[in-house]
Amino acid sequence: MDLRLSSEHQAFRAHVASLLESHRHLAPTATDRGLKHPKRLAWQAFLLREGLAARTVPEAYGGRGEAPDILKSRILSEEFARTGLAPPLAGQGISMLVPTLLELGTPEQRQAYIGPTLRGEMVWCQGYSEPGSGSDLASLTTRAVADGDDYVINGQKIWTSTAMQADMIFCLVRTEADAPAHQGISYLLFSMKTPGIEIRPLVDMTGTANFNEVFFTDVRVPRRQIVGKPGEGWKVANATLTHERGMLGDPSASRARLMRVAEIMQRETVDGRSLMEDPVFRDRLVALQARVYAMQANGLRVMSAQLKGESPGMAGLIIKLEGCELNHEIARLAIDAMGELGILYDDSPHLRDDGDWQQKYMYDLGLIIGGGTAQIQKNIISERGLGMPREPKSAKA
Amino acid sequence: MDFSLSEDQLSFQSSVRGLLERSCPLDVVRVVAAGDRDAAERVVRDLDALGVRGVMAPEADGGLELGLLDAVIIQEMIGRQCAPGDFSGAAIVIAGLSSFGGTSAARAWMTKVVSGDVRPGVALAERIGVRDGTGLRLEGGRLHGRSLFVVDGDTATHLFIALPSGSLAIVDATAQGVSRVPLRTIDATRVFSEILFDGVPAEVLTGESLAGAAVNRMTAVARLLVAADALGAMQVMLERAVAYSLERKQFGRVIGSFQAVKHMCAEMAARLEPLRALIWHAAHAFDEGSEEADLLILLAKSHAAEVGVFIARTATEVHGGMGFTDLVGLHYWFKRIGVSRQVFGAPEAVRGEAARLQGWVSS
Ligand SMILES: Cc1cc2nc3c(=O)[nH]c(=O)nc-3n(C[C@H](O)[C@H](O)[C@H](O)COP(=O)(O)OP(=O)(O)OC[C@H]3O[C@@H](n4cnc5c(N)ncnc54)[C@H](O)[C@@H]3O)c2cc1C
Repeated sequence: MDLRLSSEHQAFRAHVASLLESHRHLAPTATDRGLKHPKRLAWQAFLLREGLAARTVPEAYGGRGEAPDILKSRILSEEFARTGLAPPLAGQGISMLVPTLLELGTPEQRQAYIGPTLRGEMVWCQGYSEPGSGSDLASLTTRAVADGDDYVINGQKIWTSTAMQADMIFCLVRTEADAPAHQGISYLLFSMKTPGIEIRPLVDMTGTANFNEVFFTDVRVPRRQIVGKPGEGWKVANATLTHERGMLGDPSASRARLMRVAEIMQRETVDGRSLMEDPVFRDRLVALQARVYAMQANGLRVMSAQLKGESPGMAGLIIKLEGCELNHEIARLAIDAMGELGILYDDSPHLRDDGDWQQKYMYDLGLIIGGGTAQIQKNIISERGLGMPREPKSAKA
Repeated sequence: MDFSLSEDQLSFQSSVRGLLERSCPLDVVRVVAAGDRDAAERVVRDLDALGVRGVMAPEADGGLELGLLDAVIIQEMIGRQCAPGDFSGAAIVIAGLSSFGGTSAARAWMTKVVSGDVRPGVALAERIGVRDGTGLRLEGGRLHGRSLFVVDGDTATHLFIALPSGSLAIVDATAQGVSRVPLRTIDATRVFSEILFDGVPAEVLTGESLAGAAVNRMTAVARLLVAADALGAMQVMLERAVAYSLERKQFGRVIGSFQAVKHMCAEMAARLEPLRALIWHAAHAFDEGSEEADLLILLAKSHAAEVGVFIARTATEVHGGMGFTDLVGLHYWFKRIGVSRQVFGAPEAVRGEAARLQGWVSS
């Protein structure tokens, strides 16, 4: 264990801090909505140029090609959290697909997709879940039948986040109809503009239509668009899911969020008294802070293990469960601390932070469910992490 | 000893439930939430046809002369259907007016509230905690200032206002100098308003048995009714979670056969049932004029807030991704519970009051 900052790391922190400070005016804010908002793309370009984003992605694919360095990663996330400036883009493409392609993609696939994805020019959606296949993803039935150089895809996906805005999809399809469930799946990349795709938005509880149903009717996709071999899609998908679960439980995002709550509690008053003076809320804040810091330390441990090529084991398995729960509870605290004002959701002079905390509280519940529900995470932790037996397979209900 | 609802209460409750199931199914909830006031008024009229508006008012004033327990079981059914309307607002005002020992002024208002000729809005929030510089003052019989989270401020013909002094003022909601601004909360099935008073003539009621009694009773009734509303919403969420878990299959089984899902449902039930009993007990204590009533209501309100958050979340989780969508409409109940948690005193504030009430801490 050695977390001391070398002079190199101290210099790195000073460099990052001064870069961010001197470019503060370029950073997009919450009101610059839209995945491809010019300000967002310009900010991302700046971060990439300076190696503040995609630091370890090879230069050939638009990153900086630097060696992984947990202290630098930590310094970066701390500096973004401290300055409150928009962190690097982190959609499903960047956080899930890019690492998967780096691990399992062909050189052509990496070349074609990683650069534009990192720059935010190419937005991806994840086509995994189906109406009948959520937790039991391996039962998916969207079929892809080889026909000449193409696959022809028919079926339906659901809960596909950002499908409307996405340029591309990474999609699980059943290619080997006769193979056992897990061995018949393939992982395909294709354009959302491909003929035969129909997207129907689904309104969620926050009132926005962020996710969608996606229908495929005779959608033709060249066979070279497969990642891994036919029938290996489950393995590839699990690589992505690991990245997704890491992304959903990102502790530096939790920390930035916690600091925002601390600010609210310093600013807001009830009967003229600051909320931070209220021992009830202050205690909850600090209790959550301890959990956030614990998860950050846990994250460092996971990263170190990965760097050494070791499995992070239990420390990795709990990230999605605990990280999503933590974010949800931080949002709850913000709402509770605001008292009655916490229930406001739409434009009113009394609204705080754009109604953002109610939105987060609901969306984070969605994330507790999405990407593998909390119950499924607990099954994984107990079965894979603690070596407990699987639930008995019951007779078909 | 008999801790249960009477036959009459049960049959009353089931007729309210039957009526609301017809009058306010999910598609009506949706249009109400989308802002259709006529749809909301239709539900109000249907409920009024049962004569429940005056449930707690004396028969002599046109009421049913029943108690808070009866109002609670009606309110539970209203929460169950996520129904709009000013049933609770009227009950709150009636409870306040009944502290004036039958003075003619109070009775005149009572009769009109019971008949529905006066539609009340209720301003209590400033009694509970002042935010954003809200507050009211009375000068030469005229009211100045602002009140937040006024209940039913949109449909009100008259506003019943808790003054800082603890007395009750009444203002014509259409008078010059009154401006009403609807506040959009996450729960669009109920409307709260911010109301500005710019020197509006106010009638201040006098003749209370005890100074501040009316406003205290109003606050207590408001809190217990909002807890009952949340209880109804929680019950529905639990029932729907169980029903969904018996339909939805994953891994070749209904998800309700997974112990994880069963345990989620069992935990919801384990918290819900004692809450229901606590709410009934508090209502009964209020009706009996028991010394314990105030404390029980504070405990019921704050406990409903906690159980509510748990059930709203857990029932959603049982539904998986479906629970997060608008498709099944579960979120209307989720949001209703979320708002009930915070209004008339968020749980932390209410628990603080409970501790002070028991003399465990000085103010
Ligand atoms: C906000 C959000 C965004 C999403 N984005 C995407 C996306 O971009 N792309 C995509 O493909 N999918 C996405 N999803 C879908 C998500 O992955 C699924 O919702 C999730 O895997 C659960 O599947 P389900 O909704 O079918 O629930 P179900 O699997 O039907 O689960 C219902 C309930 O049963 C429980 N359950 C099921 N099986 C078991 C078991 N074996 N043991 C114990 N309990 C069990 C679950 O925990 C849950 O409580 C998203 C979901 C959400 C909420």
